[in-house]
Order: sequence, then structure tokens, then C-alpha cells
Amino acid sequence: MAERVLMKGNEAIAEAAIRAGCRHYFGYPITPQTEIAAYMAKKMPKIGGIFLQAESEIASINMVYGAAAAGMRVMTSSSSPGISLKTEGLSYIAGSDVPALVINVQRGGPGLGGIQPSQSDYFQATKGGGHGDYRMIVLAPASVQEMASLTIKGFNLADKYRMTSMILADGTIGQMMEPITFEDAEVETYEKPWALTGTKGERKHNIVNSLYLKPEELEAKNFERYERYRAIEENEPMWEEYMMEDAEICVAAFGIASRVAKNAIVAARAEGIKVGLIRPITLWPFPSKAFLSAADRVKGFVSVELNMGQMIEDVRLATQCKRPVSLCNRTGGMIPSPDQVLESIRNAQKGVF
Amino acid sequence: MKTTQILFAGFGGQGVLFAGKFLAYKGLVQDKQVSWLPSYGPEMRGGTANCSVIISDTPVGSPIITNPDMLVAMNLPSLQKFVGSVVPGGHIFVDSTLITAKVDRTDVQVHYIPATQMAKDAGFSTLANMILAGKVLKETDGIRFEGNKETLERFIPAKKANLIDINCKALQAGYDY
Repeated sequence: MAERVLMKGNEAIAEAAIRAGCRHYFGYPITPQTEIAAYMAKKMPKIGGIFLQAESEIASINMVYGAAAAGMRVMTSSSSPGISLKTEGLSYIAGSDVPALVINVQRGGPGLGGIQPSQSDYFQATKGGGHGDYRMIVLAPASVQEMASLTIKGFNLADKYRMTSMILADGTIGQMMEPITFEDAEVETYEKPWALTGTKGERKHNIVNSLYLKPEELEAKNFERYERYRAIEENEPMWEEYMMEDAEICVAAFGIASRVAKNAIVAARAEGIKVGLIRPITLWPFPSKAFLSAADRVKGFVSVELNMGQMIEDVRLATQCKRPVSLCNRTGGMIPSPDQVLESIRNAQKGVF
Repeated sequence: MKTTQILFAGFGGQGVLFAGKFLAYKGLVQDKQVSWLPSYGPEMRGGTANCSVIISDTPVGSPIITNPDMLVAMNLPSLQKFVGSVVPGGHIFVDSTLITAKVDRTDVQVHYIPATQMAKDAGFSTLANMILAGKVLKETDGIRFEGNKETLERFIPAKKANLIDINCKALQAGYDY
């Protein structure tokens, strides 16, 4: 067995990216994710990789676009306000069908907000952010181990479907240290015949572009892209179910909120309340089937979030409003306490949503 | 099945994050589940710093500590902020060189240790944090005190390996106090 080491979540992302074959990192510092850039700055020059601190977030995402077009495994990382700056690039990357990994270690917003942990970029990550019809694969780690494993998964999926994977983490998971092993890293590689690698006079040149002035062509591009998205929705949802076998109440929570929720669930079980958790690991594609199936078995749902209620909309959509859903939340950098979640569970048990 | 939640708090620069990291590594090398969560941001720069360390026989749920089993206070603001949150029956470790106030709770065990003065007298004035960590280890069930050198070697970079011995001495001084 590989040795357990203690690592910060941010460092785990950087190390996992290098193990996944990423040799190009472009970024711009911002709390609470700067350890990713620091780790890359230290390691990349030693392994023949590129670390570049760009002049801005906008520059760094466009460097990602360029390296991705050249077929490289490439990533950038930032936190909420920085991701807003990158969204133009994310839209162009989507419109050009090139793969990239983008990390968002979320902090409170809107605006410059604060620097404490948050999950308030859920809408931005799962519903677009940039302009146009497009999706990103959104992965939500809940531990330092998952910061690493989902980074590798994110690169694999990005290459497989030629699109952006986003790791939607938060300041807590980024800053905390936990034991981690790297033994289960399954790095997949994909041929990239579309990449701009030089024709060497032997093939027709490739074009990477997001401009389609003929509406028929642009529509066809979007239709083709959404066929891929449908395949992803069918094949790639990931989630964890915790104590759901006999649950009458289902808590929905991702990332750090799911860790708090588990404490509350253990406490509620001790009071005799049958409660479980569905933790989406992919936020897009959302694990709708898991929630719809649970809706036939439980009295209702409690969505625990570090925002004003964003994922709750997807829980309602997934469950087709068959059961009530209540919100248990803090925002602005605050985190719900296990007691607050426990109170919401007790209320749900009493039929108060 | 046991879980110990330790909150290590003081000023930035006193080494509270380092001491917490050491305690987390003690758990790691003894095959426990652990988490270490620092406060971060502007409060670290000249203000209060703290870190939450959980050492458990079972997987760690939330890494955020609301009610610590053990509070280490290296300055008065930290003691005042967290004294009420310690679970009944828990432990509070006070650096009595820096904090002259007394804890006015009777349902917790309070350990007054003049750690800063002890560190100064022993010639390693920056290691009050490790003196306190040594005392914490003494009061923590299920974590062996032995093997501190090997634990420190796990995360102190080679170029600072000369500091391992005095860290061990500071831990021992706290353990024996």
C-alpha cells in the first residue's frame, strides 16, 4: 500500500494534476487557492513543465485555451472573483471543443466578497457563467483524497468529451490537511487528432475556432455538442449515498456541507430519526436519477448549502417536486453547524419544510 | 472508538499551525484518521491564528470544530473567544506566562503551563508551542508519546533537520511538567 501523507487540499490538486500528465499551468494568485500555483511554481520547472503566472486571470485562461488547442493537458486555478474573469475564456473553450481543467476554490461573493469558504458559485459552474449554449463537467470534492482523485478524473473526462472539467471546491477543503495516498490514480489518455500540432506537410491543417457566422452551421455545432452532453448525463453522474437504505428524510449536500451533514445525520440517527444523505460528486451532470428514486421512498429533502439556496433548484427539478425540499444554509463565508443541520432534520421529521 | 478534537489558538507567529500539524502527524503515524484545518486570511497576519486538529479511530466527518475536547490558548483573546466552547470534562491548556487570567469554569480540567518562560529558560524561546503540544499528548488517550523524532522527520524539511532535537526536548519538557 502506498504511504499515507498529510497534504493540503490545494497541494493535492497540484500533485494529482502533475501525476495526470499536466505539464502546463497558467494562473494568477488569489486566496484561498494560491497553494496550487505555489506548488506548480516549485515542481513544474523540475519536470520539464511550464508554470506561468500571467498578468491577469483573463490572460491565463486564454493561455489555457491556446495550450489546449495544441493538445496539451493544461489547467488553471482561481477562486470565485477570478473565475468570473475567466468565464469569457470558458465560453470560447466550450465553443472550440477543446479540453481543459479549471479549479475553483470558492470564497464568499458576490463581487470581491470575502475570502472564507463558500459554495455560492454553484449556478455559475453548473448553469453556464459564460455566454452561449454550453456545459462544463463539474466535480465537487468533499475530502483531500477526492481533491486528488477528481482532478485526475477531471482531466480524463475533459479529454474524453473535449470540454472543460471544473473542480468546484471551497476554501475549507483547499486549506485543510488530511491523509492521502496516490495509489488509485487511473490516468487515461486520448488521441487528439484535432489538435494543432503542425501538419508536417502530411495532413490537412486543423482549425480550432469558435466563430460560425452561418447560423445553420452554428446550430449544427450546438446540436452535436448537446448529443455529447446527453451521453455525459447518461454515463457520468457520480454520487455517494450514506445511510439511505431505510431513510425517511434525505439530506442533499456536496463538498464541505456534506461533511457537516454527516455529523448531523449521526446525531439524528442517535435520536431515532431515519435520515440519510445523497452527496452529488458530479454537480453537472446532476445525479437526478438517485434523487428521483429517493423521492419515492422519503418524506422530504433538506438541502444543505453554503449559499442562499442554489443546488436546491436542481433537487426540486430532479425529484419533479414530488416531495418538499427545505433549505439549511449559511452564506458569505459562514458554514452551517452540525446543530443547525440537525434542527432542520428534526423539522423535516415533524413535517416542517 | 474515540475521537479527540483539539483547537490550538494564539497569535500569528507563535507556531500554533505548526504544533497542530505535529499533532496531526502523530495521529497519522499511529494509523489514526486525522484532519487539520487552519484559520486563514487577514486574521493570520498579526491577529489571532488557530487550527483545528481531529484525531479519530473512525473517519473524520466535519473538520470544523465547534466544541473542542482540548483547547490550547497562547493568548488572552483566544482564551476568551473559545473558553466557553470546550466540552464539559474537556481540557484547557493555558500559557500562563502570557495569560494571567484564570479560567472560571469548574467543569473542565485546566492546565496552567508557563510555556513561554520555560522555553526561554531552556534556550529555545520559540518553542512554547511544542511545550504545550507535549502536555496535550500526555492528556490525549490513544496516542503514544514515543516516536516524536520519527514523526517530526516526516514533515520537517532536511535543511531544518537540526531543529528536530530541540523540538523533542520541548515536547518532553511539556510532557514532564
